Amino acid sequence: MKPLDILRFALRAVTAYPLRTTLMLLAMSIGVAAVVMLTALGDGARQYVVNEFNALGSNLLIVLPGRSETRGVNPATFVTDTPRDLSIADADALRRLPGVVRVSPLVVGTSEVAFGGKLRETLILGTNAQYLALRRFTMNKGTFLPDTAGQENAAVAVLGSKLRAELFGTAPAVGRMLRIGDRRYRITGVLAPTGNAMGLAIDEMAFIPAEQAFALFNTSTLFRIFIEVRERGALAASGERVRAVLKARHDGEEDFTQITQDAVLGTFDKILGAITLGVAGIAAISLAVAGILVMNVMLVAVTQRTPEIGLLKALGASNRNIRLAFLAEAVLLSLGGGVVGVALGQLGAWALRLTYPVLPAFPPHWAVLAGLGTALVTGMLFGFLPARRAAQLDAVDALGRH
Amino acid sequence: MALIELAHIERRFTLGDSVVHALRGVNIGIEASEYVAVIGPSGSGKSTLLNLLGLLDRPDAGSYRLDGRDTTGLSPDEAANMRSRHIGFVFQSFHLVPRLTAAENIALPMVLAGIDPAERKRRVQKALEGFGLADRAHHQPNQLSGGQRQRVAIARATVMQPGVLLCDEPTGNLDRQTGQEVTHLLEDLNANGVTLIVVTHDPSMAERARRQIRMEDGAVLSDSGEPG
Repeated sequence: MKPLDILRFALRAVTAYPLRTTLMLLAMSIGVAAVVMLTALGDGARQYVVNEFNALGSNLLIVLPGRSETRGVNPATFVTDTPRDLSIADADALRRLPGVVRVSPLVVGTSEVAFGGKLRETLILGTNAQYLALRRFTMNKGTFLPDTAGQENAAVAVLGSKLRAELFGTAPAVGRMLRIGDRRYRITGVLAPTGNAMGLAIDEMAFIPAEQAFALFNTSTLFRIFIEVRERGALAASGERVRAVLKARHDGEEDFTQITQDAVLGTFDKILGAITLGVAGIAAISLAVAGILVMNVMLVAVTQRTPEIGLLKALGASNRNIRLAFLAEAVLLSLGGGVVGVALGQLGAWALRLTYPVLPAFPPHWAVLAGLGTALVTGMLFGFLPARRAAQLDAVDALGRH
Repeated sequence: MALIELAHIERRFTLGDSVVHALRGVNIGIEASEYVAVIGPSGSGKSTLLNLLGLLDRPDAGSYRLDGRDTTGLSPDEAANMRSRHIGFVFQSFHLVPRLTAAENIALPMVLAGIDPAERKRRVQKALEGFGLADRAHHQPNQLSGGQRQRVAIARATVMQPGVLLCDEPTGNLDRQTGQEVTHLLEDLNANGVTLIVVTHDPSMAERARRQIRMEDGAVLSDSGEPG
């Protein structure tokens, strides 16, 4: 029997029982549609988080003093020894590199902040004017640190929204003087609430110019340099340039470390990818159920068509012919269901996107292929037993059962 | 040498605890283009004999040579292959595949044998015309009369040009008139050289055969063609 003839014979059998075929297609398609739709949901969530991270600035390059072999953010990154200081001049040198959009030096320390008899111990961040745009913060009132020439190191401060509320309550803060450590600063602005970013409570911080922070904390090295590059794809190339410039400035010694936000993002990516896979696995259970249904339908078909099987044997069909014909029928049923299921799943994902426009709920290609593939394998696996049973029927018995 | 040679054929079935001898010590030789009727009461072993001749069943003992070849050692697939090329079946209940058209039913043995579609089409067309079914080619079995169905079945049985046609009560489900038409059709085929073996209850049909084999209790009671 030619393969095409086997397929045609099976197709005639599939179309000869429309109700049975429709129900079977429905059962299989629900399973496949579930896989397609749930992976669309999971992958949509992953995309959403990745996009949020990108908005936060995943094209950030971070330089810290000291050589560290550690990649990514962990306690070791904060205790690197410092053979040579990272200076504000280092940061300024990076600003002129191609592809670099913004550079902010960072000095961090804790200090007392006092106003009108109220006292807070809080985190002080010494930086420059570009830090606002670099971190995508917005101002609630006033202006951020000054960037006019000669004014960069003025004794001014910007408050996080929560710190402002704690010190000033409902009274206006901009323009007032407050004390940080043993120095007095004029408040030029207040940040809009931002929540946590990279593990730091921005809303509880105060920001002052980097040079002011050096003086305040009696230090001469930067805690970090934040570098924003034009696009994420250029991160590696820019990183190389930054490395070259800093190395040249540090007498050819690489006594600093570069990290990117990619490390953090990668972890999120992995976690959400695993969740998507898990959800797809759960949906695949319904495919197994559909497979058992295929088996049942095919076993019924073998019983129903026993005389026909006997006849085919009398007409010279080999056992292999009969096995293949019934297997082809099972595969056609499941694959048909798979195709319908992918269509339904895409429709469902489209409905999801309409309902939740922020979620880019597109089923990943692998899920569509896996759905179809599983349907195919299910058909073969669960069609095998009925097909074998059909092939092993005794011809005389089969013909006699009418 | 005879086309069909049965020697000392035994066939037993186990029904629960008891063993039924469906065939015992059957010796039959049938030449090419003979016309043989197998008669006898129900349970006499006629159908078992027919199944054995058609390679659908195997004897427990004895030998069966078809066209000079010993068939007792054939594998199921070899037997299927031999059926495909040497044997045509005609059944009392026609056994047409209900979802296929008349033309497709006739083509079925050729499809199973893997014959080219073009050749298939040519032979089906010839068979449809030869059996007066040209205008019924695209009808399904339930749209055909009993006589037409049996003609489709005979066309299907002969489309592979087998040497032997095995008929199990071919007129049993037909009225007298149609039955006679079908009988004539089978006899025409026999006249063209096909060996015709008919199992029947119908005495008038049995009488038309040139040789009668009467069976009882699994044994040959009388054989009009037995030499001597």
